[in-house]
Amino acid sequence: MSDTLVDFDEVLTRYEPVIGLETHVELGTESKMFCGCSTTFGAEPNTQTCPVCLGLPGSLPVVNAEAIESTIRIGLALGCRIASWSRFARKNYFYPDIPKGFQTSQYDEPLCTAGHLDIELDGETYRVEIERVHIEEDTGKNLHVGGSTGRIHGADHSLVDYNRAGIPLVEIVTRPIPGAGAKAPELARAYVTELREILLALGVSEVRMEQGNLRSDVNTSLAPIGSLDWGTRTETKNVNSLRSVERSVRFEMRRQAAVLDAGERVVQETRHFHEDTGSTSSGRSKEEATDYRYFPEPDLVPIAPDEEWIEGLRAALPELPAARRARLKQEWGLSDTEMAWIVNAGALGLVSDTVAAGATPADARKWWLGELARRANDSGVELTELPVTPQQVAELAGLVTAGTVNDQLARQALDGVLAGEGGPAAVVESRGLAVMGDSDELVAAVEAAIEGNPDVADKVRGGKVQAIGALVGAVMKTTRGKADAATVKRMLEERLVSS
Amino acid sequence: MTTTENITSSSAADLSQALQAGELSSVEVTRAYLDRIAATDGTIGAYLHVDADAALEAAGAVDAARARGEELGPLAGVPMALKDVVVTEGVPTTSGSKILEGWRPPYDATLAARLKAAGTVLLGKTNMDEFAMGSSTENSAYKVTRNPWDTDRIPGGSSGGSSAAVAAGLAPWAIGTDTGGSIRQPAAVTGLVGHKPTYGSVSRYGLIAFSSSLDQAGPMTRTVLDAALLHEAVAGHDPLDSTSIDSPVPVLAESARRGAEGDLAGLRVGVVTELGGDGHTDGYEPGVLARVAEAVALLEGMGAEVRQVSCPAFDLALPAYYLIAPSEASSNLARFDGVRYGLRAGDDGSRDLDEVMALTREQGFGPEVKRRIILGTYALSSGYYDAYYGQAQKVRTLITRDFTSAWDDVDVLVSPTSPTVAWTLGSRVDDPIAMYAADLCTLPASLAGVPAISVPCGLSDGLPVGFQIMAPALADDRCYRVAAALEAAQDAARGHALLAGIATTGIATKENAPS
Amino acid sequence: MEFHRSMSTPSPKGQLTRDEVAHLAHLSRLAVSDEELDLFAGQLAAVLDAVAQVGKADVADVTPTTHAVPMTNVMRPDVARPSLPRDVVLAGAPAAEDDRFRVPRILGEEA
Repeated sequence: MSDTLVDFDEVLTRYEPVIGLETHVELGTESKMFCGCSTTFGAEPNTQTCPVCLGLPGSLPVVNAEAIESTIRIGLALGCRIASWSRFARKNYFYPDIPKGFQTSQYDEPLCTAGHLDIELDGETYRVEIERVHIEEDTGKNLHVGGSTGRIHGADHSLVDYNRAGIPLVEIVTRPIPGAGAKAPELARAYVTELREILLALGVSEVRMEQGNLRSDVNTSLAPIGSLDWGTRTETKNVNSLRSVERSVRFEMRRQAAVLDAGERVVQETRHFHEDTGSTSSGRSKEEATDYRYFPEPDLVPIAPDEEWIEGLRAALPELPAARRARLKQEWGLSDTEMAWIVNAGALGLVSDTVAAGATPADARKWWLGELARRANDSGVELTELPVTPQQVAELAGLVTAGTVNDQLARQALDGVLAGEGGPAAVVESRGLAVMGDSDELVAAVEAAIEGNPDVADKVRGGKVQAIGALVGAVMKTTRGKADAATVKRMLEERLVSS
Repeated sequence: MTTTENITSSSAADLSQALQAGELSSVEVTRAYLDRIAATDGTIGAYLHVDADAALEAAGAVDAARARGEELGPLAGVPMALKDVVVTEGVPTTSGSKILEGWRPPYDATLAARLKAAGTVLLGKTNMDEFAMGSSTENSAYKVTRNPWDTDRIPGGSSGGSSAAVAAGLAPWAIGTDTGGSIRQPAAVTGLVGHKPTYGSVSRYGLIAFSSSLDQAGPMTRTVLDAALLHEAVAGHDPLDSTSIDSPVPVLAESARRGAEGDLAGLRVGVVTELGGDGHTDGYEPGVLARVAEAVALLEGMGAEVRQVSCPAFDLALPAYYLIAPSEASSNLARFDGVRYGLRAGDDGSRDLDEVMALTREQGFGPEVKRRIILGTYALSSGYYDAYYGQAQKVRTLITRDFTSAWDDVDVLVSPTSPTVAWTLGSRVDDPIAMYAADLCTLPASLAGVPAISVPCGLSDGLPVGFQIMAPALADDRCYRVAAALEAAQDAARGHALLAGIATTGIATKENAPS
Repeated sequence: MEFHRSMSTPSPKGQLTRDEVAHLAHLSRLAVSDEELDLFAGQLAAVLDAVAQVGKADVADVTPTTHAVPMTNVMRPDVARPSLPRDVVLAGAPAAEDDRFRVPRILGEEA
């Protein structure tokens, strides 16, 4: 991995990047694309297979209706034209994880074509054109045994599990995306992020990237600035995190610039992304690629959605993320920037759910982008992975509003919630975090502070009212923060300042 | 019907009646066939797998159910044979190939399940050209099958094991599959009735695929009525086959019975010029053409209106077929890679997966299969697709159009089933083109997906000649009606069924020949 | 991704060379012998010569046929059904290990 790299900013002084993405999404159907086997993740190897998805002689595929509808719904959400005539095709090649010796996919007659997705990035809108959305089947999984790293190279042999074989897979292909310049890596990431939001809103996939539900092949090319032609592209395969999408584009731009600077040609090839180093390495050269010998799948009949079917699906589409953001921004009275912070923090759903649970938009935003974001960051997890629900956050905000706790006590209550001690109210109760009222204990603490600090008390009595802060601090210290500072101040004033 | 000889020469319909009437038990019938298989199949070579114990057990179960007074279907207890392309749960299934030697499938083909549910008794699995590629059954990886009429001759193919079994009295009837003629041509050269149903009317689920857009299973029987009965038993929509037609099972046996009454008044019959007609007799044996002409005359005598019909695109059926079928086969046979089932060769630790796959397929497939895989791979290749596979699919449309315009003028089209009678074993093995010519007449119906039946129409040089009747899609009943009329008229004229003549020819004289 | 087939002209009829047959055999994962290559090259050239006749047909405005009875939208409801037991699944395997199908080492890239 001794690629020469050009500094990123320097790349942009000489080259214009063009990116493109092919994103594979495993649908969340109950059964596989062409048979009734379950799609549950994490089952014991080869327990979710049958004659069809094992490719046993004589078996035949039957299309999963839900998978077709999900594909059409994705197409509709991306503004695609839905084909009135669509067919499956066989993509023929030999590999142990494809049980039939071909992958059933779509070729020149995909279900959806010609859509687009608008991506907001730093106040600018980029229109990403969608070339096509088609449906195919996933492959099985190879496990490489005997090599030092579990990788294919150096392995002694491999083991195949067909549980994943035949799970419906939607492929979303963009047209080449020029014009993003320095923003190309971020745009690639923002596109996948937005696509993921749409898929979640549609409910067609769990889109768990760590389980491989969503994987992107990222195409990158560079052309000299001012050139009329686009450069030769590379395709970085199976990039499976948002961060990696961005890093892979960044790396390829820097690597390709070095190749071009040296007067060499970029090789059109597939590349692999390495999480640990943030780099890519060469795979098979596309110029030697297999001839896939596509032809229409004779075991399946065409899918021909009629207007009624398509319009029915269109009418049932949920509110899409962009529309939802616009609506919530207005409802919450936020600026573009404030809204962008929420979205970029991945907190839109959490804030929205917290508001729905009774918190004010301001409180919900404050908690999720403040204290909770800090804690997620400290423990290196996503906001959504924190063990606290929007309902609990709303409850906590409510306790503050009611004066039951102050901000500091609320943070202690949150500690308890995150530690699994129960809901906010329960933690306040069990940890005894409630603000002290005008209680005997507080009166005693106030009087002890006056007695213990006679000099300060005298100053206050003598008219130096601002000195009262030291007494408030003393009370807060003895009550370990449980007192309400404003109450303490009032009680001290009652005793020291003649009205 | 008490002697073994009677049982093994009677029609399945008669056996069914005798079983229902209690004149025979299923065990008696089954044992009679098993005995004859034991005595004769060493010569004929019809079966790849026979499990006598399992057959007798199944027969006994039917007899017991009948004794208990259970409601049984008409076919209960009648034995049958399945071409080895049909997947049978727990029963070895090879499709005639070494690459599947020893494979015991974990599931039943839909038609096998239907025949099981109907109470039929599986005698065994019949020999075939490897993956159904061939017209003589000589491409079987396992054994030679001989024509019972003359054991030096081929039984046709690819369903040659089924044709030989039924003709030789080793099964009352059998299932074959037909991709370009593999039911009709072997039926023709062994004196049987064989019907290729409308594409989509019999489920393909569990038939080891050769060419998916052409494959159809159908009956191979001694009589037209038997064919109709067996066809009805396996036909009908199957949700496991996406190309299966969702419409009621056609009434076929009734059409056969009506047809046998011999009244064809008003039936319009078209004789296809391009299939052995004027100017198209090259490669056709005069004896075949003579028998076919006599059959046409018989139809006319029963009231049919006969005219010549030209279907010019039929001339291109052979090249179109030999592009489409190998193309689809090259893809269908890709799953035989030695990973999940079947043969694996050369896995000694020294070779990588690609090498093991290539060696497995090299050793597991015979020459004809390899030829077709290579041809099909070529025809689907980028740059050649449009000129070959794409063009062939369009030619298919032209052939369909010829049929469609013919149906404006006629109800059925007729032709010889095959240009020749059974040829001698080995005479065409090294000449694929000559072998392919045997399918000349059967290919148009395959490519258009329309139903076609072959019914015996006499002998030429002592060997059976087949008469083909083609009908519009879903009008399989017309095939049965016309075939039954012809069969009845010929049997009446002859004084006995054609198959009865077999006793005095091949099998009887060569029964004790070393196999 | 390229979605249009190249329109290069096929070899003249009957010109399937020995090298082309070798390439096709490799593409088809058939480890054919030299003798077979010689045999197949000759036979396939003759077959190709015969099948090339399809090129004679005038197919302007002709759509390809795939099914005798045109059908569309054949689908099944999204309902999970029992799978095969794993011992049955692996019973036919030429080699198995750790409940998976075992294959020799794979050269080439990870798919």
